[in-house]
Amino acid sequence: MQINLGDPNTLPWLIPAGPLLAFFLIMLISNRARLLPATDHAYGGHHPDYEGMEVPVVRGWSRVLSVIIGMAGVLLALAISLHVVSLGWGYGHHFGEEVFADATAWLDTGLSTFDMGVLVDPLTVIMLFMVPIAVLGIFIYSIGYMAHDPRQSRFFALISLFAGAMLTLVVADNLLLLFVGWEVMGLCSYLLIGFWFEKESASAAAVKAFTTTRVADVIMLLGIVYLYLETGTLSFREILYNPAVLQELATTPAIILGGSAAALISVFLIAGTIGKSAQFPLHVWLPDAMEGPTPVSAMIHAAAMVSAGIYAIIRLFPLFVAGADPHHGLFNGPLLLMALVGAGTALFAATIALAQNDVKRVLAYSTISQLGFMMAALGIGAWVAAAFHLITHAFFKALLFMASGSVIHGMEHGEHHVHEHGHHDDHDDLGDHNGHEDDHHGPFDPQDMMNMGGLQQRMPVTFITFLIGGFSLAGFPLLTAGFWSKDEILADAWLGVTHGYLPHALVFILLALAAFLTAFYTMRQLGLTFRGEPRTEAARHAGLGRGIISVTMTLPLLGLAVFAILAGFLGVPEDFPLFGALFSPEAVGGNRFHHFVIETLPHNSATEFFAAVPDMQVSAPPFMLVPVATSFIVALGGLYLGHRMYWRRPLRAGETDPLIRVLGAEVHETLRRKYYLDELYERVFVRPSFWFAHRAVDEFLDRGLIDGILHLVGRVFTWIGDLLKVLNSWLIDGVGDGIPEGIVALGLRLRHLQTGRVQQYLLYIAIAAILIGIVFAASAGAMVTAG
Amino acid sequence: MIELNAQTIAFAILSVLVLGGGLGVVTTRNLVHGALWLVLSLLGVAGYFVLLSAPFLAAVQVLVYIGAIAILIVFAVMLTRSMTSLGEVRNRQWWLSAITVILLFLLLAVGIILPVWGRGAPGEVTSLSATVGGAVELGEALVAGDGFVLPFEVASILLTAAMIGAIVVARDEEDEGA
Amino acid sequence: MIPLWMYLLVAALLFCIGIYGVLARRNAVAILMSVELMLNAVNINLVAFWRYLAPQDMSGQAFAAFVFVIAAAEAAVGLAILLFVYRTKRSVIVEDVNLLRW
Repeated sequence: MQINLGDPNTLPWLIPAGPLLAFFLIMLISNRARLLPATDHAYGGHHPDYEGMEVPVVRGWSRVLSVIIGMAGVLLALAISLHVVSLGWGYGHHFGEEVFADATAWLDTGLSTFDMGVLVDPLTVIMLFMVPIAVLGIFIYSIGYMAHDPRQSRFFALISLFAGAMLTLVVADNLLLLFVGWEVMGLCSYLLIGFWFEKESASAAAVKAFTTTRVADVIMLLGIVYLYLETGTLSFREILYNPAVLQELATTPAIILGGSAAALISVFLIAGTIGKSAQFPLHVWLPDAMEGPTPVSAMIHAAAMVSAGIYAIIRLFPLFVAGADPHHGLFNGPLLLMALVGAGTALFAATIALAQNDVKRVLAYSTISQLGFMMAALGIGAWVAAAFHLITHAFFKALLFMASGSVIHGMEHGEHHVHEHGHHDDHDDLGDHNGHEDDHHGPFDPQDMMNMGGLQQRMPVTFITFLIGGFSLAGFPLLTAGFWSKDEILADAWLGVTHGYLPHALVFILLALAAFLTAFYTMRQLGLTFRGEPRTEAARHAGLGRGIISVTMTLPLLGLAVFAILAGFLGVPEDFPLFGALFSPEAVGGNRFHHFVIETLPHNSATEFFAAVPDMQVSAPPFMLVPVATSFIVALGGLYLGHRMYWRRPLRAGETDPLIRVLGAEVHETLRRKYYLDELYERVFVRPSFWFAHRAVDEFLDRGLIDGILHLVGRVFTWIGDLLKVLNSWLIDGVGDGIPEGIVALGLRLRHLQTGRVQQYLLYIAIAAILIGIVFAASAGAMVTAG
Repeated sequence: MIELNAQTIAFAILSVLVLGGGLGVVTTRNLVHGALWLVLSLLGVAGYFVLLSAPFLAAVQVLVYIGAIAILIVFAVMLTRSMTSLGEVRNRQWWLSAITVILLFLLLAVGIILPVWGRGAPGEVTSLSATVGGAVELGEALVAGDGFVLPFEVASILLTAAMIGAIVVARDEEDEGA
Repeated sequence: MIPLWMYLLVAALLFCIGIYGVLARRNAVAILMSVELMLNAVNINLVAFWRYLAPQDMSGQAFAAFVFVIAAAEAAVGLAILLFVYRTKRSVIVEDVNLLRW
């Protein structure tokens, strides 16, 4: 493998290198800490539960150096990525026929050689555009957000690793390398969600996220292994760009369930995505992942982790199409499975989001819901729309999370202020605002929207950017990125409906409903957070303070806000009235995003299989009135309803949520408790596991069986040991000591030969020579006699 | 079997000289006498060389051995005062040495005589060649490119090294300051 | 004509006398003289073989000449060492020079 900086084929190797290198540098070199008693000051108020505990506090220079290294790593990745992106984008429509790829032999298995490599095709390009930019925003934001955390160095190391793993996953040219990145991200999510592991709930959430995704990952690994068994390769291009391989996969019967091999592999891989992208029923880890620092939430929800699941499916889409071949077996519905799971999750999560009061949890469920949109889009074959939504969603969701982080930070700031001064007007800087005071947050929850209100005046920049992100999420017509991507999904679905496909109709209805709810709860969140009068003293004094911290926490918001609007205009359908002509004129080839990304999958294999499965479209859907009208209606309708309930007449302190009146207390409670799913899982999975662990494993297996065997074995070995000891003392010692003693005795005798008298030596030599001569003479004589 | 002529008589006399001189060397108590016995023995060997049609070697034998080495030994005897230290001549292992040597001689004698008196004596030389290489041929052989020029040069280096080494080793360091 | 084996027999006897001297004499000068006897025995062999078997080829004489050279060098170095030993130990009895022993 030779990396040539001028060669775009080998350049992608370097993309993950920066963050990964930064991780190692920070971990091994710059992360230097000492143990100090935890003070609230040291934690910048993020965390309440460190009373009287010794924590490692990084030194000042270590903190600064780590931040610099982390930033350098991500900037390097960004620079290379954008360079590659510009090169790839420069190819335009022809990119995809020729891609940037490089591979090196990695593992020689004897029968075949396993190649590791990088691949940059249009899909990778758009990911390389989105991921580093979002990650950069998150990094900058983290400088301020984590400024007072005693483990800031560790934090930067871990998100560097996270970013490196995501970039590895993106540039991977085979499923195994993708899986490596996938799993490293899983590890990072575990470490980062549990970053404040002193907090019970954080460590529990970390375990939950890890085990939940692990369930899915094991199934996915099964799929990968099965794919490798069937095809002998995991390279994307060798599988997906090769109709023969796809044909064979589609016609080979699966080992179980009676479908084709492709279908079974697809289902396994979908299971992996359901875990990673938090789809029903494995979505439960994502809301709890809010226990991590907010930049981590942004990372997981927007830039990296959950996108990876969708990305993997788009990447392997031809395989799913092959699996959908309806002529084989009963189990032919991986696409249908995706459509149902996705659409169902979209609506299901949206309803839960309605009743959440935690500002981050609302966003968490909206993430699940939006990922459901993408899943559903993939299920109806609209993978380009899914990719589009993936990109726009990443931008506005990263924005929303960081904005909500700002809100929380501001609320904590206000809370400290209230504690310190009791009353007061002006703020000092964040750096010394909470000093010596012992601080107990107690019942006060800075994330609870019921405690907020009126932040519009206190935090204007946050408000504006939150508004932009929220509108984008809600799909505010025409102006926001979220509208265009969501509209494309709905248009694809409607196109299927016009062809008379039932699943498409279901997807269309469910997604439209979900979009309506999305607009509504977004408006509810905006209203509850920013409008009206402050409902607590903390909200009254909320603010980001001044100085570098507030700058680093504001700057990324502004940057991402730009992307949250502009990213959508890349993918405006060309036949959309007015906007199509404006943003996708014929001069640039129409819908640029669509025409660029569609080249990811080659038409030769795609058409063949898309023809076999008629409800698949490769071309962008034509302009249709129904989906656009639906988009308008659901977005504006939801926003209007939210506006009416929460914006025009903001909630006052002490009032209950008007939603309870509308829905009724029981329904609201059900939603608030997330359909009691956590309780159900607790009952069905967790408690039986504990019971099993206690009764069967601990009492019976461990103590009874294993301990019994162990004791028996122990006793037997003790007896054998005694026997060996006796044996040892006379046999081994006798031989072992006897040999050296014999050698010593022999040496003592032989040393007398060494007299120092040269003539004596010569005499020995002479005698030896005579003996040898006699032997020679005898043998010669024998030969003479014989001859 | 062996006709009695001048050659044979000369050989007999020379053999007595050689062996008698040798026995004298290894048995006399006085080392000056021993050196003289040695000279006698070497003279006998020189006579052998004459008998064997190698007059040049005979001359060299007389010049180098008798003229140089034997004189050197006489010097050594005097410088080390060996003739005054008249202690025991033989060491404690002399009888064992004598037995060994006798055995060795028997072995060699068997090896020498058996081919002649054994079955058929195939290698026996019955007449001597008349044409014999002389000093001229020896000289040419010693400096010829396909002859012994390389050993010849090496031998000269060896002699030089031995000379220098002998001087260095034997020099009396206490005298250096004077 | 004197048969070859007579020369060889004399040479062997001289050689054995030399060995006896080396093995049995106590004085180092005497040992050196005995070594000279052995070398002369070898020379007798060389020249005798030359004369009887290959009188035209000068190898035999040449080897004898080299033996002279070696003998001269040996005598010179050996006697120098003897003198040195005598200076340090005031003795040339080889049994007294026995530092290298157990």
